[in-house]
Amino acid sequence: MEKTINLTLKIWRQNGPKEKGRFETYKVNNISTDSSFLEMMDILNEQLINENKEPVAFDHDCREGICGMCSLYINGRPHGPDDDVTTCQLHMRKFKDGETVTIEPWRAAAFPVIKDLIVDRNAFDKIIAAGGYVSVSTGGVPDANAIPISKIDADESMDSASCIGCGACVAACKNSSAMLFVSAKVSQLALLPQGRVEAKRRAKAMVAKMDELGFGGCTNTGACEVECPKNISITNIARLNREYLKARFAE
Amino acid sequence: MSVLNARIPEGPLAQKWTNYKDHQKLVNPANKRKLDVIIVGTGLAGASAAASLGEMGFNVKNFTIQDSPRRAHSIAAQGGINAAKNYPNDGDSVFRLFYDTIKGGDYRAREANVYRLAEVSNSIIDQCVAQGVPFAREYGGLLDNRSFGGAQVSRTFYAKGQTGQQLLLGAYQALMRQVNAGTVKMYTRTELVDIVIVDGKARGIIARDLVTGELQRHFGHAVVLATGGYGNAFFLSTNAMGSNGSAAVKAFHKGAFFANPCMAQIHPTCIPVHGEFQSKLTLMSESLRNDGRIWVPAKKEDAEAIRAGKLKPTQIAEEDRDYYLERRYPAFGNLVPRDVASRAAKERCDAGYGVGTGLAVYLDFKSSIERLGKNVIEARYGNLFQMYEKIVDENPYETPMMIYPAIHYTMGGIWVDYELQTTIPGLFAAGEANFSDHGANRLGASALMQGLADGYFVLPYTIQNYLADDIRTPRMSTEEKEFVEAEKAVKSRFEKLMSIKGNRSVDSLHKELGLVMWDFVGMGRNKKGLQHAIERIAEIKKEFWSNVRIPGDIKGMNIELEKANRLADFIEIGDLMARDALNREESCGGHFREEYQTGEGEALRQDDKFAFVSCWQYKGDDAEPVLHKENLVYESVKMVQRNYK
Repeated sequence: MEKTINLTLKIWRQNGPKEKGRFETYKVNNISTDSSFLEMMDILNEQLINENKEPVAFDHDCREGICGMCSLYINGRPHGPDDDVTTCQLHMRKFKDGETVTIEPWRAAAFPVIKDLIVDRNAFDKIIAAGGYVSVSTGGVPDANAIPISKIDADESMDSASCIGCGACVAACKNSSAMLFVSAKVSQLALLPQGRVEAKRRAKAMVAKMDELGFGGCTNTGACEVECPKNISITNIARLNREYLKARFAE
Repeated sequence: MSVLNARIPEGPLAQKWTNYKDHQKLVNPANKRKLDVIIVGTGLAGASAAASLGEMGFNVKNFTIQDSPRRAHSIAAQGGINAAKNYPNDGDSVFRLFYDTIKGGDYRAREANVYRLAEVSNSIIDQCVAQGVPFAREYGGLLDNRSFGGAQVSRTFYAKGQTGQQLLLGAYQALMRQVNAGTVKMYTRTELVDIVIVDGKARGIIARDLVTGELQRHFGHAVVLATGGYGNAFFLSTNAMGSNGSAAVKAFHKGAFFANPCMAQIHPTCIPVHGEFQSKLTLMSESLRNDGRIWVPAKKEDAEAIRAGKLKPTQIAEEDRDYYLERRYPAFGNLVPRDVASRAAKERCDAGYGVGTGLAVYLDFKSSIERLGKNVIEARYGNLFQMYEKIVDENPYETPMMIYPAIHYTMGGIWVDYELQTTIPGLFAAGEANFSDHGANRLGASALMQGLADGYFVLPYTIQNYLADDIRTPRMSTEEKEFVEAEKAVKSRFEKLMSIKGNRSVDSLHKELGLVMWDFVGMGRNKKGLQHAIERIAEIKKEFWSNVRIPGDIKGMNIELEKANRLADFIEIGDLMARDALNREESCGGHFREEYQTGEGEALRQDDKFAFVSCWQYKGDDAEPVLHKENLVYESVKMVQRNYK
């Protein structure tokens, strides 16, 4: 049955990348616990517009947990207090009446704030552009069933491929490392015969780009795995390290 | 003689595409570098076209409103992608896939285009596997298939419930490879706001940088719109919040015809609406109908007790359940096409048998779990079950899911010929943005097929054919008067929006439009309702242009301004949808006119009067659009009443 709650929101507001940011406090009342977190933000914004104030800017799009657009650091956790979900799938039943909720953008040097809660995650595209693909052009490829792939490898590859590129791993990491993101792509492709051919080059190129863009190193704290909305495992990082070392030894 | 020429190649159906490719014009490698192609959108169609044209050596500029090309809404497609591989040896063929698509579209699609789609479908699977798309496999290591609605074969390839994600990431990675190679330049958080026409040809676009608010001019020898559908005219839909029809409206204003705007697909299996704060509807993949059985209580008093919270669905005995799809359509059962399944759900709920709020039916996995085990169901649909539980707070392994139809996809779109070229030379449309392949209803797992077919295997040929005549056209300066004037018009539109300073938020107006659309231009349409809708939409348009409130500044990032600009276009699309639905006095596929149904409540086509594509031409802001017709000629299939019984 429908229940409603009242909340105090402490939200990071920042006009632009070079402007100074600050927390602003807002109240929202009668929020249905069946509504999603972003619907609660919609209600806040509607309230602000009606008061002739500028609404809070935040990234979101598919609202079903797959596009990776939504972010938000909620009460100190990327994607908030629920497990295995993105912010758009987080529902208000996870909050208590009267609670104060702190909402911040991802904090990482490689993800500068654009406005309020929106950050620039272009660095992820640059890492993929550096080598996160199989170098085949359209046409002239063999029949899809020409190379059998064991179900175990295909399933494991699929698990790694589930990454949505949201950046929660970077936001969760005290070093702002992108290792979980990079290792997921390296693993997905290294597990398949199609991707094996370029595995060494790929691992080296992606790691080099990640370092160049200002992401930190991995110190195995595992926070990324805990906060990943798609359960990407840190065993991917182990595989990346293996691939990377193999590539270096081969030099 | 119609003004429309679909430019279908000569020869028998199965030879048309081969003939086209054998005789099309080519551009040599040195000239390709001198030719610029603008591609708007980075979904399956846009990303695959940009990657392929970049690989060929064209100079590509690719635009997206998102922060990254990987966010495009193709990513959310769940169930799968069709292809005529016949790997399961169940009798599939290119002709059968073609036939099922034509029939599923209720004989309102163009034969030649659909045949080509079926023909290239197999190459798509080969391409994606080569890219490292981790499709589901069997223990022997070969690719697995599942069944989808409207087909009696298993031809759907899938990657868990995330097929769209994996296909899009494949295309995205191919695209980023070209960005790295320097053949594609990417413009993220940048929105098309107008199309520039020079001497009757599309020669560029005006774009708006969504971070700075600045307008940009871009030249291209050709322009491709791969900007998706316009389902968000309904406010609540399964589309992403940012999905919009603005590019299509810009093309419409510049002279491109808008085809079959009323053809919108209502998907039968979405999580039902639960409150007025709701911002979007979540789809539960059609693939669930492989193993889930749809039912409502057979007794009205049971339905009432469930709605009142006095009974649980698990307490309803087997004989008191009405598996209405299995009852009405024994041949296809739960796997009837989407339009049929949606209407059947509405029929039961309207009759008082709905559950939940009254606008919901059950999708039950109990018998499949008993038959196959929970593990198998979890492996097939685990992510969907988790998504359902997070949203609804109920465990679908234990209690049936509640579902209800919602707007999902638009078959209508910008009119294109066989080459995917619009009525404006040099302006192409691909993927959901065009109207071409799905007729009045799209079959499940065919959107991914069409997006990638257009981008990987059709546009690279047809754009080259167009550009072969353009090798002597030098790059144009964006200081030319056509660019300057187009930018000026855009600037004044944005200034006008900011100057209204009214009292209504964009969302409140959008919700108002959405309700009108759902009530009168939704699953059941009739003459009176559609006329009423046209009047109401005109009122909303007036209210919008006199009373919308957009806080903030025209410079810098202003999300309300972005939304207002798109809503202005949705209002126009809503009007066009209602007009088209009013004009089409028949029921076909997703377009159901209550006046035209069989005694059993099935859609009743009027082939003698309406076997054509409705193509609307813009005549100015205050004038009514003019209808042109592209007559549909069927040479290889016979038009019959669809029968899934």
